[in-house]
Amino acid sequence: MNMNKEAYLIEDLSKAEKAPTRDGYGKGLVDLGEKDDRVVVLCADLAESTRSHWFKEKFPNRYIELGVAEQNMATIAAGLANYGKIPFISSYAVFSPGRNNEQIRTTISLNNLPVKIAGAHAGISVGPDGATHQALEDIALMRVQPNMMVIVPCDAIETQKATIAAVNCCSGPVYIRFGREKSPVFTTEKTPFEIGKAVVLREGKDLTIIGCGMLLYNALLAAEELSKEGIEATVINSHTVKPLDITTILNSVKETKAVVTVEEHQTSGGLGSAVSEALSQHFPAPQEFIGVHDRFGESGEPEELIEAFGMGIKDIKNAVKRAIKRKV
Amino acid sequence: MSEYIHDEKVKELEELANKVRQSLIEELVEAKSGHTAGPLGMADIFTALYFHVLNHDPKNPDWPERDRLILSNGHICPIRYAAMAHAGYFPLEELKTLRKFGTRLQGHPERERLPGVETTSGPLGSGLGQAAGIAYGARMDSKKFRVYCAMSDAEHQAGNLWESAMFAGNNKLSNLTGIVDRNNIQINGMTENVMPLEPLKAKYEAFNWHVLEVDGHNIEEFVDAVEEAKAIYEKPTVIIAHTIAGKGIPEIEFDYNWHGKPPKPEEGDKFLKELRTLGGKIKSEHE
Repeated sequence: MNMNKEAYLIEDLSKAEKAPTRDGYGKGLVDLGEKDDRVVVLCADLAESTRSHWFKEKFPNRYIELGVAEQNMATIAAGLANYGKIPFISSYAVFSPGRNNEQIRTTISLNNLPVKIAGAHAGISVGPDGATHQALEDIALMRVQPNMMVIVPCDAIETQKATIAAVNCCSGPVYIRFGREKSPVFTTEKTPFEIGKAVVLREGKDLTIIGCGMLLYNALLAAEELSKEGIEATVINSHTVKPLDITTILNSVKETKAVVTVEEHQTSGGLGSAVSEALSQHFPAPQEFIGVHDRFGESGEPEELIEAFGMGIKDIKNAVKRAIKRKV
Repeated sequence: MSEYIHDEKVKELEELANKVRQSLIEELVEAKSGHTAGPLGMADIFTALYFHVLNHDPKNPDWPERDRLILSNGHICPIRYAAMAHAGYFPLEELKTLRKFGTRLQGHPERERLPGVETTSGPLGSGLGQAAGIAYGARMDSKKFRVYCAMSDAEHQAGNLWESAMFAGNNKLSNLTGIVDRNNIQINGMTENVMPLEPLKAKYEAFNWHVLEVDGHNIEEFVDAVEEAKAIYEKPTVIIAHTIAGKGIPEIEFDYNWHGKPPKPEEGDKFLKELRTLGGKIKSEHE
């Protein structure tokens, strides 16, 4: 085993229990609500599916309902933050930061206000709802806005930590992305989480897998299988896509000299692009991109779609082998 | 703190509005780009706001208890800058930096650059939401200050604004007063030809707002409407201020071609003379 003990992952990956990442958001909000009176939660008619209803039940006076109006949700939140509150705005990522992108740009990012944007139901694993509801471009939209931080937690526990850290980290805006489906919980309470600090989950000399979000679990399983074939991969959890932890990434890639990025997002504009931009400046290395390649999603079961769109364990293993072959 | 207004105060504000208009013309001539018609049309209202209505402290722009003035249609910021400079937020001389590299007076106003502007604005339709957010937050904490939101008429074509109007009406944000610059012009022509707004009053009433209509160049009427809004406890109030774009310069009045261009230097001299002599009625001290 090459697992990094300091990452404190669960002992046996195959026995991971499942929970939706959005549960972590709901729990994180309640934690915050108890500690900080300034925290208010806004929702655009999706209280239950974003889990913001847990906050609503405990703190009804600090929960603000917007109805189906994501543009307004962004501007109201900007006003609340301007006054001195710390608003979380909750919706599906296709609507927020999708539909309200300009309002986020002008009234939140340019104003540099502490609005925390929670984009739920991101990625193709949203499943049966189909392409309209599967956000695959939200990381790109948020990553290009100055002042905005972007966090993509990998499981429910990390989402809870990220939600709390989004308030404590900084006085500016933060985007947190999470999914719909129950996904394996493979980190623990002891796993370190600090915004802007990537976590090495597994160490290997042959290649570096850099991932974010729920697909990191597949990346870890792929690395285990590759190990049996004699290929040792490092796996890095780059939960913060912006600011990217270039130091941790470089430390690894300078050793392995090959990279695979893994994310449930368009391969252009997301984590893969961020890594590629950083490496091309500091330490160019062959890179393969696991993600969605310039397509919209479609209806189907989550796991079926992950396979069909080339993000399964087998696809990650193949990408690793391709990248290793390309080493100079 | 604002109060019902007496004749002498009105006369004083009218004279101040003329001076603010002069600064505006100088500011725009120097900038060589920017908007002329809208800012002139709102000169009386911004003068009334900064010199009578707002509870504020120019030397302490972040004073937590201040009234908030949100400018939604950011492109008319030159009039806000001119009024702020006269009120003492920054030296009059700084008006000459409008739109120039390194200035605090950005072409469209930015919160992070100039204390006192409250919000960054320009993209239309998003000011009312921010104003409503501030008003909502203030009410949560039982704050007494009021929130004013100046809007253009044409930005009422934007959906975001009506989402915010619905929110403010539903939440009975009586600490919020909207001010609509109803000058009937927009870039592509007259509002009623481009995309009609009428019946604007009925629209706001249907969104559960209290609606007042005033002559936007009659300072007394405007101040009275602001005072009435304070007495309405169950709804937000909107003051539809009927204004003349370009007011004060006959060559500019009513002409939508003056929406987005500044006076040339020779035009500026002529307009300043018109303002100083009240259209030739009195002799200017400069002659």
